Amino acid sequence: MVAERLRQGGRARRRRRLLNGVATGLVALSAVIVLTPLVLVLIYLVGRGIGSLDLAFFTQLPAPAGEPGGGVAHAIAGTLELLLIASAIGLVIGIGTGVFVAEYPGHPLVPTVRLLSDALIGIPAIVMGLVAYALIVVPLHHFNGLSGGVSLGLIMIPYVVRATDEVMRLVPRTVREAGFALGLPRWRVIVSVVIPSAASGIVTGAMLAMARVAGEAAPLLFTAFGNQYWNFDPLKPIAALPLVIYTYSISPYDSWHRIASASSLVLVVFVLVTTALTRFVFARRAR
Amino acid sequence: MDRPRPTPPPPAPARRSLQRRTRAWPAGDRLFDTIVLLLGGSILVITGLAALELFLGGEPALRRYGLGFLVGTTWDPVHQEFGALPFIVGTLVTSFGALLLAVPLAVGSALFVSEYAPAWLAEPVSYLVELLAAIPSVVYGFWGIFVLAPVVRSIQIAIFMNPALRSIGFLRSTPTGLGLFTAILILTVMIIPFTASVSRDVLRLVPRDQREAAYALGATRWEVMRHAVLPYARAGILGGVLLSLGRALGETMAVTMVIGNRTAVVDGLFGQTATMASVIANEFTEAAAGPHLSSLILVGLLLFLLTIVVNIVARVLIHRLTPRGIG
Repeated sequence: MVAERLRQGGRARRRRRLLNGVATGLVALSAVIVLTPLVLVLIYLVGRGIGSLDLAFFTQLPAPAGEPGGGVAHAIAGTLELLLIASAIGLVIGIGTGVFVAEYPGHPLVPTVRLLSDALIGIPAIVMGLVAYALIVVPLHHFNGLSGGVSLGLIMIPYVVRATDEVMRLVPRTVREAGFALGLPRWRVIVSVVIPSAASGIVTGAMLAMARVAGEAAPLLFTAFGNQYWNFDPLKPIAALPLVIYTYSISPYDSWHRIASASSLVLVVFVLVTTALTRFVFARRAR
Repeated sequence: MDRPRPTPPPPAPARRSLQRRTRAWPAGDRLFDTIVLLLGGSILVITGLAALELFLGGEPALRRYGLGFLVGTTWDPVHQEFGALPFIVGTLVTSFGALLLAVPLAVGSALFVSEYAPAWLAEPVSYLVELLAAIPSVVYGFWGIFVLAPVVRSIQIAIFMNPALRSIGFLRSTPTGLGLFTAILILTVMIIPFTASVSRDVLRLVPRDQREAAYALGATRWEVMRHAVLPYARAGILGGVLLSLGRALGETMAVTMVIGNRTAVVDGLFGQTATMASVIANEFTEAAAGPHLSSLILVGLLLFLLTIVVNIVARVLIHRLTPRGIG
């Protein structure tokens, strides 16, 4: 009888061990499956895009449809200009709001502001585009770069708020109290003591937010609209790299597909390098 | 922090210079408070303004079609007949389809990173998973058109060649490679990082005792995960799943580029259709003023309300039901 029990125990144990092995295999497999698309996308972009990256790509305007050559200099400049407008809005409101929720925890508006800023992160970019359209494009009667920059800025705000809030709350209470002990008023403590100690984290958050909106195309479709020519006037349509990728990859021309692949490569390199750099710098500073 | 301070005089020169600088501007505190309050309050204004503008823009369509807008299946700009059901169905089917594929993979990879992998492997893997979220939507769309769609097309052709499979209406399709299935696959890749990173953080918060107690009972590693770790992290993981859902509902460019953009209720796994976000992206610039434009803005308002509710529920779950605030 004892022998039978042991045998049964052995069988059950073998089954449990088998199940454990299968589970370990599946867990490892899921990690592999999750990372496969990343590798595939990067390999495809490099393989297809790198051949089209020449000087003309960075310095020239697009060639006429179907003709080889040309570049997207206007879209690179446009994306930078849109980022500038977006940062002006996103950083000022974002950092200000971050300071508000982190430094005035007793204020009755703080829970609502924090909740709404969390909810804003989830609002689709294209909806922010609709808002910028209604606020700026409709009164001006035509598509323009300003509205594109504003829509990107609106998307940036909650990311900057969260980053600022988180790093400012990490600044120890004692540091603030040291400032108060010197007889400094509250605003001086925040501006000269707390913000400088949280600066690297705020910069990281700001860079990540910029990297995120740099690749947004959806809100620009009906705000910045895109442009085939040079334009720096924010009250006229402005080209942007994500818009180039969209219109060129749904076009029927092979030469445009090549421009789209090179643009995708440039955009992804920009986003990944920014992400990696900020993470690296921040990780080192934090230590 | 306004507790009464004992004031032993600090060294005189420093004190004098500091006080001179601050005394020069006695209204500093009040001014600073006002500026910060205005900036913080602007979030309320922005959210309110966004809701108001979307409502005002969509109101003509709402008045014209009433609640029938939600269940109407015709989307006909020529005859100015608009019903949003095809897009509501498209959004829900693509989002939940993607969740179905993404959640097991995301939780699996989170388990791998936090429980199975050695530290030298866990760190880079979790960083790479987060990079998935950094790649712009439009780049996924580009990849979807040129890599994923041909693969899906060959699957469709294989189904077409097989008489048994061809007779199943659900699988019948024109082999273009663009449609619901391709959109679900792209969305899956794009939403995995959100569930994965929240799950990873929550799993790391499960107390060691919880694991060790189960190991002490003789449980295998999988049994520890299954009975001690995962149940403990359940609520937080659900919060992460809802975050992914919020992303999937509003994902625009990649979906627009691969879903086929047909304004009819989806008719099968490979059918071409559209989502709420994709129809706005696809038609907004071409929409003449009037009912078409207003209907598109109304779709935007629906999307706004839907995602705000999903995200607030997700945040509340993550904050309330896990030991410490995450994400």
